[in-house]
Amino acid sequence: MWACLLLPHLALDGILRRRPVDGPLALVDGPVNARTVVAVNDAARAAGLHVGQRLTAAHALLAQFDAVPYDPDGVEKWHRFLAAVAYRYSSEVCLLPHAIVLEVSKSMGLFGPWPRLEAMLRADLEELGFRHRIAAAPTPHAAYILAGVSDGLAVLTRDTLINALRRVPIQKSRLPASASSLPGMGVRTLGQLLALPRDGLRRRFGAELLANLDRVTGDLPSGLDSFRPPDVFDLRIELVHEVENLAMLVFPVRRMTGDLAAYLAGRDGGVQRFLLRLEHRDDRHTDVVVGLLAAERDPAMLFEFARGRLEHVTLTEPVLALRLVARDLPAFVPAGRDLFDERPANALPFEQLRERLRARLGDGAVYGLGSTTDPRPERAQQIAASTDVAIEAHPRPTWLLERPIPLRGHDPLILSGPERLETGWWDDGEVCRDYYVVETSLGQHAWAFCPPGEQTGWMIHGWFA
Amino acid sequence: MAAVVALSSLLEGRQVWRGREAPAPAGDQPTGWKALDAILPAGGWPDAALSEILLPVDGVGELQLVLPTLARLTQGKRSVVIVAPPYVPCVAGWRQRGVNMRRVEIVAAADKDVLWATEQCLRSGSCSAVLVWPHQADDRALRRLQVAADTGKALALAFRDRRHLSNASPAALRLELEATPRAQIWVRKCRGGNTPSQPVPLSRHVH
Repeated sequence: MWACLLLPHLALDGILRRRPVDGPLALVDGPVNARTVVAVNDAARAAGLHVGQRLTAAHALLAQFDAVPYDPDGVEKWHRFLAAVAYRYSSEVCLLPHAIVLEVSKSMGLFGPWPRLEAMLRADLEELGFRHRIAAAPTPHAAYILAGVSDGLAVLTRDTLINALRRVPIQKSRLPASASSLPGMGVRTLGQLLALPRDGLRRRFGAELLANLDRVTGDLPSGLDSFRPPDVFDLRIELVHEVENLAMLVFPVRRMTGDLAAYLAGRDGGVQRFLLRLEHRDDRHTDVVVGLLAAERDPAMLFEFARGRLEHVTLTEPVLALRLVARDLPAFVPAGRDLFDERPANALPFEQLRERLRARLGDGAVYGLGSTTDPRPERAQQIAASTDVAIEAHPRPTWLLERPIPLRGHDPLILSGPERLETGWWDDGEVCRDYYVVETSLGQHAWAFCPPGEQTGWMIHGWFA
Repeated sequence: MAAVVALSSLLEGRQVWRGREAPAPAGDQPTGWKALDAILPAGGWPDAALSEILLPVDGVGELQLVLPTLARLTQGKRSVVIVAPPYVPCVAGWRQRGVNMRRVEIVAAADKDVLWATEQCLRSGSCSAVLVWPHQADDRALRRLQVAADTGKALALAFRDRRHLSNASPAALRLELEATPRAQIWVRKCRGGNTPSQPVPLSRHVH
């Protein structure tokens, strides 16, 4: 069983989703002196613009509207992007003009019966902002035809398929151009065509038409190449205006990270590192690298991290376009959670908290400390060291000073000591000190050292806070 | 005296507000100091709330006061976060007092980000305790921390200078440490009970 996602407004939706406009908008194509309208939004249609109209005629009807040039590459890109999103539901996804077909009979075991799967597909496309029609049929070509006729049709068996196809008009049955003369001959529906003798059809229209019909009914294999999602996510959005204010980038960045998340869900992968490139004039650009500690794919998190990094950027010149490139796409392993977790129900996992803090405070801002085997206090601990080292037998303070400071005032009261540390002669970090626990006149307990055997020239190295 | 109204009718009309003692906060967070636990209404730190520790100067036993709690909490699954400490925590010293350093995360933050980072950690629900040394915290900022601690069910411990004692604070518990002439802890405010009039001695044995 195949599902067809027909995208009748692919070009227009691709434009609209990055520039929410209320006013009339038309896509125009063709040579400069004879531009014609190829797609219009609702506001433009209400004003009388329609597909196939000359741009000059459209201007005569409506003085003010956005005329955006039709971009075939952009349409192709969105088409492949949506196929990558649909890849989440099936391993067999194929591209047809303005449509995506996917094999779903095996997917239904995982996602549930067709109505539920259909609802999921619709929700995904809705979320991404693409208008669509969905139909299901035993063959991809039949699903494609049915989606063109009506929305939400599902034909499960071959017999009912023939019945459903019977009433489809020839103009909507996606037959090759040679079949355009059929209505003139009185053959107006697919049912009439299927009832005609095959020999006569072959003689008049050639083998191509028959092969086409056989693919629709399933007598011949569909002959479609299955789609493979790309291994690199690369999305570029041209902004409508030059943007000089970072706050104006938030909306497109949210869209882009949302698209990245949809793509990652289709691939069942995560992203560990991606690049947000702010393109300026004359090929200059500012790169914002978003690096994460673990693979993630939650749209809200990706957006938050991208925004956190973006807030540190100072824009020196206006931004014309945004590009998001993700090459490092490792497998995504969802964090395991205990059934008897002691944390509150809505707790944010610590990994997410760490990413949030790093996004604003800097990459090295969150760390843990561990012990090393070096006895010198300066080197006895370091970031990300192990904590398997034996516990020190001599008293150690709770605060360590990064560099020792001299103790001023009266001689302190010695509470315990000395502990002699004499080491490091082999690596130019030689120390030879007597450590004492002392009490200062303010009542603080300090970890102080002095040269061996002297008890003067006290240097404080830590506090027993 | 025509307008004699029976007391019961006034009360039934719900026009009189009757004050009653605030309920003692439930708590399962012993401080590890028996004498202190005995006089605190919650039997320890007020759970999921902000506690303030006021110091005359650094190094008078403020960590000694909280380390038994941290040692207990770091045996669990949630992390203890230390936001912008004034010095580097000495790993050897903390481990001597039973703290599992694997569960201790240190967040380096500039002054202006300290309160933000603290609030994020408290609110996240993935930290059991957050220790913070706020420099520029006013009444409003502390109230935010108090709300965040409640949301994330975390223990918030704010260490501040003693001069802030005269300012009102939304913290559920305020302790003041005294170093001279002897080390002791004054309970300056505790929600759900009367403030004890006697200090608790803080024994400062070294290890």
